[in-house]
Amino acid sequence: MTEAPRRTALDATHRALGATMTDFAGWDMPLRYSSERDEHVAVRTRAGLFDLSHMGEITVTGPRAADLLDYALVGNIGGVATGRARYTMICAPDGGILDDLIVYRLADQEYMVVANASNAQVVLDALTERAGGFDAAIRDDRDAYALIAVQGPESPGILKGLTDADLDGLKYYAGLPGKVAGVDALIARTGYTGEDGFELFVRPADAVALWEALTEAGASVGLVPCGLSCRDTLRLEAGMPLYGHELTSATTPFDAGLGRVVKFDKTTNGGDFVGRAALAQAAERAETAPPRKLVGLIAEGRRVPRAGYPVVAADGTVIGEVTSGAPSPTLGKPIAIAYVDAAHAAPGTEGVRVDIRGSHEPYEVVALPFYKRQK
Amino acid sequence: MDNPQQLRYSKEHEWLSAAEDGVSTVGITEHAANALGDVVFVQLPEVGATVTAGESCGELESTKSVSDLYAPVDGEITEVNEDVASDPSLVNSAPFEGGWLFKVKITGEPEDLLTADEYTAFTAG
Repeated sequence: MTEAPRRTALDATHRALGATMTDFAGWDMPLRYSSERDEHVAVRTRAGLFDLSHMGEITVTGPRAADLLDYALVGNIGGVATGRARYTMICAPDGGILDDLIVYRLADQEYMVVANASNAQVVLDALTERAGGFDAAIRDDRDAYALIAVQGPESPGILKGLTDADLDGLKYYAGLPGKVAGVDALIARTGYTGEDGFELFVRPADAVALWEALTEAGASVGLVPCGLSCRDTLRLEAGMPLYGHELTSATTPFDAGLGRVVKFDKTTNGGDFVGRAALAQAAERAETAPPRKLVGLIAEGRRVPRAGYPVVAADGTVIGEVTSGAPSPTLGKPIAIAYVDAAHAAPGTEGVRVDIRGSHEPYEVVALPFYKRQK
Repeated sequence: MDNPQQLRYSKEHEWLSAAEDGVSTVGITEHAANALGDVVFVQLPEVGATVTAGESCGELESTKSVSDLYAPVDGEITEVNEDVASDPSLVNSAPFEGGWLFKVKITGEPEDLLTADEYTAFTAG
């Protein structure tokens, strides 16, 4: 890519905070502000503030917006109540995952689809193509929103001081419009950290004021700015997949152990949706003869597995591949998510190793997630 | 950041102390430590091992990546920093002091070691 990376509305704020920046999906984003381990621990124990303005928002409106999304996506989107959100996926006709998404129903005939930055154009193009014949409009709203997340156990307390919105009534995977620090926002109780938290969609022009208000409101409880590096270790501990790692166009939701997001019992459009036939076969295969399964691996040693490293059996045979790996601040050990041959995928399977640059290091096979918060 | 004047530097971001009885202390620079992020594992060479300038003699693992540790000179390893092996975060918190990595008895030096000012200019570029 030759284009200069895009900068979010909070770019100057990040630089003033001394952030180490990184190119991510064409955006210049904060990787970390200080120690990524400290940022990780802050989100697990107190609160962290993230700029996620690179995420891609697409608005779908019209009398048949729900029908279009039921056809274009694998989930039952018409069944989502206004003010609620749903984790779902968009697949190719061959069942391969194009992206994983959160869809918010903002009104009876209005949805906001939030795509990964790296896939936003693919999702926009696919939705536009699939919209033919539906009385619904697709709007590219990537530049209409900045997205600021407050994550961690202290986040409800921080937000309560800045809004009159009914946060206690706002359940996980729900969203409502409201004012936060005097700024119009869509307040969503969603996140990608394994903690309670909120994602605030606001106008880019309001982003700096909101960031500063949150920083001030969170100072007394230890809120810190957090970069994408700790976001990755937080989601990894929480067992949440990342597109390009656990999810690719060569994997189906069933391969990734996320077949529950595919709803074959949809009644709209005669039950038809893009990828249905291929996904039915993938469901059958996952049930009867799964090729590989997505598992968690915990290191016995200290060397860190990385994406792409082979998983091997005691005799050195390759039995899988690491998709994500990092030192886990919470466990104090390296962890990984890997696709492993079904015969070796049961938790507790003996003799599973990761080939770390030629050295076969022992790993414990566990069920995901590595970390689940106490509610 | 300040690169101590009394040290010399490699283009692979190691620092080298002035030799005493032919032995120098080696670590990675603050610039390198900041670029790596939190260091979580350090694999150091064995005491007695022979190392060659510009060649890998160990590894540094951080949250996001693994990097080779290069020897800045030819020589024999005389001591490694066991404190850093057990607490790799010393590389981040004190790269020029408690985060030193190993001591080496120098048998040969490359010609392209940098002064502090040269290294500062090198990393600014």
